Amino acid sequence: MATSSTTLPSAGPAAGSRSFLSRLRDGDEVARLITFLFAATVVLMTLLLVFELWQGSVLPRHKFGLAFFRTSTWDPVEEQFGAIPFIYGTLVTASVALLIAVPLGIGAAIFLAELAPPRISDTLEFFIDLLAAVPSVIYGILGVFIVVPLMRQYIDPALKSVLGFLPLFQGPAYGVGFLTAGIVLAIMVIPFIISVSREVLLSVPRDQREAALALGATRWESTWKVVVPFARSGILGSIFLALARALGETMAVAMVIGNDPKISASLFAPGYSIAAVIANELAEATSELHTQSLIELGLVLFLLTFILNGLARVLIVVTSQRGAGSATA
Amino acid sequence: MNSRLRWRKFVSGFMLTLTGVCAVVSVLALFLILGYLVVRGGASINWAFFTRLPAPVGEIGGGMANAIVGSGKLLLLATLFGVPIGFLGAIYLAEFSGHKMAFLVRYSADLLNGVPSIVIGVFAYTVAVLPFKQFSTLAGGFALGLMMIPITLRSTEDFLRSVPNNLREGAMALGASKWKMIATVIVPAAYRGILTAVLLAFARVAGETAPLIFTALGNTFWSPGWTQPTSSLPVTIYNYALSPYEDWHRQAWAGGLVLLVLILLINIIARGILARGISVSRS
Repeated sequence: MATSSTTLPSAGPAAGSRSFLSRLRDGDEVARLITFLFAATVVLMTLLLVFELWQGSVLPRHKFGLAFFRTSTWDPVEEQFGAIPFIYGTLVTASVALLIAVPLGIGAAIFLAELAPPRISDTLEFFIDLLAAVPSVIYGILGVFIVVPLMRQYIDPALKSVLGFLPLFQGPAYGVGFLTAGIVLAIMVIPFIISVSREVLLSVPRDQREAALALGATRWESTWKVVVPFARSGILGSIFLALARALGETMAVAMVIGNDPKISASLFAPGYSIAAVIANELAEATSELHTQSLIELGLVLFLLTFILNGLARVLIVVTSQRGAGSATA
Repeated sequence: MNSRLRWRKFVSGFMLTLTGVCAVVSVLALFLILGYLVVRGGASINWAFFTRLPAPVGEIGGGMANAIVGSGKLLLLATLFGVPIGFLGAIYLAEFSGHKMAFLVRYSADLLNGVPSIVIGVFAYTVAVLPFKQFSTLAGGFALGLMMIPITLRSTEDFLRSVPNNLREGAMALGASKWKMIATVIVPAAYRGILTAVLLAFARVAGETAPLIFTALGNTFWSPGWTQPTSSLPVTIYNYALSPYEDWHRQAWAGGLVLLVLILLINIIARGILARGISVSRS
């Protein structure tokens, strides 16, 4: 590091050729070392996080092995721990959330990027950014006191009478359950989808739109057949980001999903999610195996979001490079 | 105009209107919800909320004074832990670092930023609660501080890099050593951006609940010192909202409103600072 990192291109050759002693006297070496230590802390913390999650879940990994992901009993008294109900709940709620949030969010992003006058678009974007900053516990109380009663009294019965022939919409409606959690999650991730998709759509070069319009396409055809496909991977990236957030979201889900480790086909039924069970049980876990099983669930969640975030970043970078490439070409 | 064209124009108009509806529905739903919070919270809030301890179960009244102070202490610890690492780490990245180390640090920060807050909490639990067998303010502050690091680091680095190179060259040409150049030229030139980054990181962790539940835990009384479990605003809101007591629901709404106003204010101030122009662009 000592040789490669002392010079900025901008600092010119002078800085590089000064002797180590004179740099030490100026304080440069000291400053470099101190800031290096702080930067290295970031890397160390990240490594420590992965290490602790791995090390902290040794017991269940040895005791259950892959059976942890194949059994559905979660019984702290009998010390039987299987993760399926939680993984199921996490995936179902996240899917419901995306089914609602993706069309709404992308539609809104298209409107903001393609149709709305810049001033309106920027103003709405400002509010949407603020909404993205609202903490999840607040969406949680709104979910508990508004969405849950609404679901129980109106939405669940209405869905049942129209789509009741599907197993998805059968059984008693408690208000809490997969569907409610999915809806609250959708409300939470919509701002992310709008914000990132709008950004990506705005980065599509103007020539693309003009070329399509000049060929006689209607405004919608130019948007849907040219602009959106151009921004496709970036939009996909925004969806992955939203998915990662929906999977890891804790408080709002824990407050409305019902916290019952069961697997039910019905979306009205109460369930449980990985993040919610960690939040509810870790502080009160009695046996070491129980604690470590919860930590293993944390590890699973970490890996899931790690993969999704990685994919999202690659997709967004790819799109913005395509935009930049053809803009200069 | 033939019918095919008329159809295409109709589809165009229809779909574009639909996107408008999507935008209106998304924004309106969010506003309705938050408006409801303001109404319910506004009706529930009173002076006792800020000054009194929680009342015993079943009694009406009391407040969240201990939770407000607890949140303040947690956020102070988080800032003291997260901001120096983020800030100095960013200086290393922008001014000293080679490519490999910079990639490693940035990659770690992005990874840390993407980790769900509950997992950060699990990590803090394994390193700051389990070894001491004690829930504490320190453990909660550690968890929140950890979440502040990547946000502070990445934005500070961006703002430092946006300082034009001729400022660096000018300072060097006048004979300043590198650290003097950073301390007296680069950082002052980027201070608005850095301040924004710190404020946004602060606002982000101020409402975090998940990492606190099993690190700071909660407390119905004052929490003396730093090594006891402490109450915090988000966790108290969470517990009160799920309780069966009407008066606690009222206080959860009031707490939600206080938290929301605090976070939105910090966000607006941060954006205001940035909108007034990064001082760099004037030079």
